[in-house]
Amino acid sequence: MIYIENIEDMSAEQDQLLNEVTSNDYKYGFYTDVDIDSLPKGLNEDIIGMLSAKKQEPEWMLEFRLKAFRHWQTMKMPAWAHLKIPEINYQDIIYYAAPKRKVQYESLDEVDPELIETFKKLGIPLEEQKHLAGVAVDAVMDSVSVKTTFRETLAEHGIIFCSFSEAVKEHPDLVKKYMGSVVPYTDNYFAALNSAVFSDGSFCYIPKGVRCPMELSTYFRINASNTGQFERTLLIADDDSYVSYLEGCTAPMRDENQLHAAIVEIVAMDNAEVKYSTVQNWYPGNKEGKGGIYNFVTKRGICKGDNSKISWTQVETGSAITWKYPSCILKGDNSIGEFYSVAVTNNHQQADTGSKMIHLGKNSRSTIISKGISAGKSQNSYRGLVKVLKNADGVRNFTQCDSLLLGDQCGAHTFPYLEVDNDTAIIEHEATTSKIGEDQIFYCNQRGIDTENAIGLIINGYAKEVLNKLPMEFAVEAQKLLQISLEGSVG
Amino acid sequence: MLEIKDLRAAIDGKEILKGITLSVKPGEVHAVMGPNGSGKSTLASVLAGRETFEVTGGSVSYLGEDLLELPAEDRARKGIFLGFQYPVEIPGVSMVNFMKTAINEQRKFKGMDPISASDFLKLMREKKEIVEITSSLTNRSVNEGFSGGEKKKNEIFQMAMLEPKLAILDETDSGLDIDALRIVANGVNKLRNKDNATIVITHYQRLLDHIVPDHVHVLYKGRIVKSSGKELALELEEKGYDWLKEEN
Repeated sequence: MIYIENIEDMSAEQDQLLNEVTSNDYKYGFYTDVDIDSLPKGLNEDIIGMLSAKKQEPEWMLEFRLKAFRHWQTMKMPAWAHLKIPEINYQDIIYYAAPKRKVQYESLDEVDPELIETFKKLGIPLEEQKHLAGVAVDAVMDSVSVKTTFRETLAEHGIIFCSFSEAVKEHPDLVKKYMGSVVPYTDNYFAALNSAVFSDGSFCYIPKGVRCPMELSTYFRINASNTGQFERTLLIADDDSYVSYLEGCTAPMRDENQLHAAIVEIVAMDNAEVKYSTVQNWYPGNKEGKGGIYNFVTKRGICKGDNSKISWTQVETGSAITWKYPSCILKGDNSIGEFYSVAVTNNHQQADTGSKMIHLGKNSRSTIISKGISAGKSQNSYRGLVKVLKNADGVRNFTQCDSLLLGDQCGAHTFPYLEVDNDTAIIEHEATTSKIGEDQIFYCNQRGIDTENAIGLIINGYAKEVLNKLPMEFAVEAQKLLQISLEGSVG
Repeated sequence: MLEIKDLRAAIDGKEILKGITLSVKPGEVHAVMGPNGSGKSTLASVLAGRETFEVTGGSVSYLGEDLLELPAEDRARKGIFLGFQYPVEIPGVSMVNFMKTAINEQRKFKGMDPISASDFLKLMREKKEIVEITSSLTNRSVNEGFSGGEKKKNEIFQMAMLEPKLAILDETDSGLDIDALRIVANGVNKLRNKDNATIVITHYQRLLDHIVPDHVHVLYKGRIVKSSGKELALELEEKGYDWLKEEN
């Protein structure tokens, strides 16, 4: 019965949505006026030195940054994706901006009211009542963590959940051991850039045998003009532990393009399970394709231990350009990797997204469910690699890759790659392309549901397999986003 | 309740309805019969507001209002229900969610609050009995993987849930075995009252053994060529449509 109740909650949400859907503007396009303490534009070793100094980092951290930077200088931007990327002037970007008041806050009252106002508009659950919802939030506003909640509760379980900068100071051994162990700075152009200039992010460690009692959640927000945001997240789940991590993003409306190159690294030890969920709604640019976030993200997890599991779920509706392939290295025997994705593109958005499943462990299994929805003049590509190494016996993979088209000016593409060096592997791939039918919409109309809502209903039905993987409160938000993102795209 | 006057409609420039005149009063059941291609389903679609058809002439007044002015969803919210000949599948959308959305749209249109979860579940249970459908059917996606009979039962179930003032059933009997036919007909009969009206579109007389019409109209080449009482249906069953074709 829980199933039905959930659906009803969702449909109640859908009703409420009706009222909100009337405006066509990017919903979260506002800007908070907070004093910014930032470095000058440009990227060189001096800037990196200043950045590191501002963050009062230890020597080894600066060394890591400089090595990454020197490597980055030898690299070229990748050109293989099905994307048209305007030239980016890396010297025209501010690499560090922090809200000026760097005091540690004891309570919400001490936080800049403007900031609180922003959080309220975004509906970020920082307030006490949200405690009841079981969400602990490490909110990242621009580059410095402003407020970390529920840390004490987590500390009781020995869980570390803090900003990356804090972790560098307080847990240097863990950071040194794992940072770059899943995504080395040599991995790709944007990973190298991030490693050189990352400003902050989240760090999480779940000790052996601990089941994290609440969903951990980080809300990112890009807020300063002309500031590229370079987040870095490191999540370690020790033996027999479990954690569900939520990442949600909104950004204020901006005319100029903003670069975002994040890294997420996950390590899962023996029998550990990590669920990582993302709802991404950064400013996609306006209807003519002006502005919008460039989102070049490297997300990768390693199932290091036997019987470990990493599950990525993402709902991607935002950004002008998305380049993102949350991946799993399945090193442990019997380990499991999962990727569930809904990617929506509308107007002039471009997305090239998918996953990589690298099977090294025996009997490791992976599932990829990708649902692309393209509307307007957008281009939506799925790119996925399933790789099975020689000694990995008994591997299974199932890939399902669906595309839904709205209108006839958009594009949907699939680029599946398969590299199998062990003939005991069982690999399945299914792909479909469909259009929302006029007859489906009329059927809904005839039951009193207008076209806008009919599309919302049909889209949410199409994406249900993925939405069901999200934690409840996220699923509702994701449903809203899907519908809002496709407003006015049919008719 | 419904006054259709000289209604003409075309698709891709080809005229299908060539002047239909029909009057339906509350409490009445009208049967519209006719051979394939006579325009029966077009009439149903035009009344429901499907935009693929272009109304080229005539008028339709529904409860004193110009029906042709209204978009399809408003017609539905004002109590017009179309039982589809070929109900479409909507993958991933559960019947529960679909029906709740539809009912709340109707309620919102009337200025009412959304239905509560408990009232809704109660309503579902009650209405499911009318068409003898099992719980599992409503937990599945809209029409997805339903048999022909299940789809038609599901149409009547939706009709029961939405309590329309005017129901138009487009070939609801096609593809039904005799048991399903009985269930569908019983459902329609149970929902009949003095305030609502039904237009039953059918090719065969057999449905009319179960749903007894007050009036029978024969549609042929886009026109109503004969209207009479229920005995006309029997006559058609006996003689076929050919004698009418010859007369016209």
